Amino acid sequence: MKTIANVLTAACLVALPVAGQASPESDLNDFRDHFYKKFPDTPKDDFINGVYSIDPASREQWEAFEEFPSYEIYIDKGEELFNKKFANGKGFADCFPNYEKGIRQNYPYFDSGSGSIVTLEGAINKCLTDNGEKPYKWKKGNITYVSAYLASKSRGNKINIKIPNDPKAIDQYNRGKKHFYAKRGQLNMACADCHYHYAGAKIRADILSPALGHPTGFPVYRNKWAGASKKGDGMGSLHRRYGGCNKQVRAKPFKAQSDEYKALEYFHTYMSNGLEVNGPSQRK
Amino acid sequence: MAKSIKLRAKAKDGVATVKCLISHPMETGLRKDKKSGKMIPAEFIQEVTCEHGGKTVLGAEWGSAISKNPFLSFKFSGAKSGDSIKISWVDNKGASDSLEGKIK
Amino acid sequence: MNQNRRVLLKGSLAAGAVGAAVSAGLLTPKAVMAAWSKEAFEAKDTNAALAGAMGSSDTTASDKIKLKAPDIAENGAVVPITVTSGIDGTTNMSILVANNNTPLTSSYAFGPDTEGYISTRVKMGKTSDVIAVVKAGGKLYSTRKEVKVTIGGCGG
Repeated sequence: MKTIANVLTAACLVALPVAGQASPESDLNDFRDHFYKKFPDTPKDDFINGVYSIDPASREQWEAFEEFPSYEIYIDKGEELFNKKFANGKGFADCFPNYEKGIRQNYPYFDSGSGSIVTLEGAINKCLTDNGEKPYKWKKGNITYVSAYLASKSRGNKINIKIPNDPKAIDQYNRGKKHFYAKRGQLNMACADCHYHYAGAKIRADILSPALGHPTGFPVYRNKWAGASKKGDGMGSLHRRYGGCNKQVRAKPFKAQSDEYKALEYFHTYMSNGLEVNGPSQRK
Repeated sequence: MAKSIKLRAKAKDGVATVKCLISHPMETGLRKDKKSGKMIPAEFIQEVTCEHGGKTVLGAEWGSAISKNPFLSFKFSGAKSGDSIKISWVDNKGASDSLEGKIK
Repeated sequence: MNQNRRVLLKGSLAAGAVGAAVSAGLLTPKAVMAAWSKEAFEAKDTNAALAGAMGSSDTTASDKIKLKAPDIAENGAVVPITVTSGIDGTTNMSILVANNNTPLTSSYAFGPDTEGYISTRVKMGKTSDVIAVVKAGGKLYSTRKEVKVTIGGCGG
């Protein structure tokens, strides 16, 4: 009896952090299955191409852009920034020693020391401030150029987000999951309404993209952002897009790199585990 | 305006396919700056030329309706791998740039 | 500068306008040589734009010109357009968007070894015919295709 009791206690301890909820692994399986069933014609590894994986007409235009994508300008700028030495003689390569092999697929990750989520943008700015440099702005500009360069080096690597069995990590995951499924804003819509339940449906003239594969292509060059920019710079981070999405359901957006969006990115990217990094990418 | 042009040119069976992407705002002069409320002045490329072997193979004239960060692709014969080509542009403000590259 | 280009330019720009622009410091000598077709690009009407760019607005419809453009533009600010002329001796090409405020987007003069092929991306203000006009043997040929421009939901 004692043995059984011990086993039960142990099982409870393991199960406690996700009490009443599914594990990340089973979430991931359900998430993928949902999209596989919804879009049986889309090859499983093609979800990285967003709405273009489910809509042939817009895919054709996107393929025309991919012939010589505008983001290549910004990969070049990123490479230049990446290779520029800091005032102390060090550089980004000292912070990201594995950048040649690609590192995008491992971000964001849970840092057990601080108990918080580390995004690639966060790591880029930490590298700057640790070396006495001024950090970049979060949503566009230099930070997206450097992350575009790092993503371009990581192409083909498979997203590999880990959720360690640490209550704090599970908390972050659940916070992101909650954000994804919770209704918000005047329109009372969740991320999941558009990009899970109604993915593939039309919202006015747009087709809603599947959430599976969303984060693989970031940072993105959006034609819309380029149009609004005086310099024609369409680059933006995932958190810039999150802010836009929240605004579109008429909710107050959170700040880029806020704990809320970092948790959302953690959940959202974990849901794309196993898919290839294809950032940066061009979107409408 | 350094390095505003990205160029890719490939020769196959004597025909070169040239693709270029130019970093340029291509501003129409017809819209306002949201913050200042002032009109953003027109700034767009008017001329793009491509030279190969001392000859102009393409002369393009553009208006402001060519998209931001413009893309242009064209083809010409009599080219082989290793040949040099030169792409240059001039905009309405007199700014210009050029790039010489090799055909692959 | 190739021969076709000179022919193209002859009828399209008053010398006085170029001179004024030069003295105002607006154009570099290189640009003067090329002499941008101001009148054609500022014309509000398709025929006037064509007359300025190609010397005439009298075109014959031809199915030898292939115009590749989307049925519905994903974003009107960036519409990929590819024109391939199958007409022998193609010397010039213009791409117009009929319902744009100024329809002429671009004009091209081909060297003798250059194929009648152009691929680029254009801005469209609203749903419109895209018109590709080709000059060969001094005559104009054209083809057109309607491209719908819609107001997007979240993406556009």
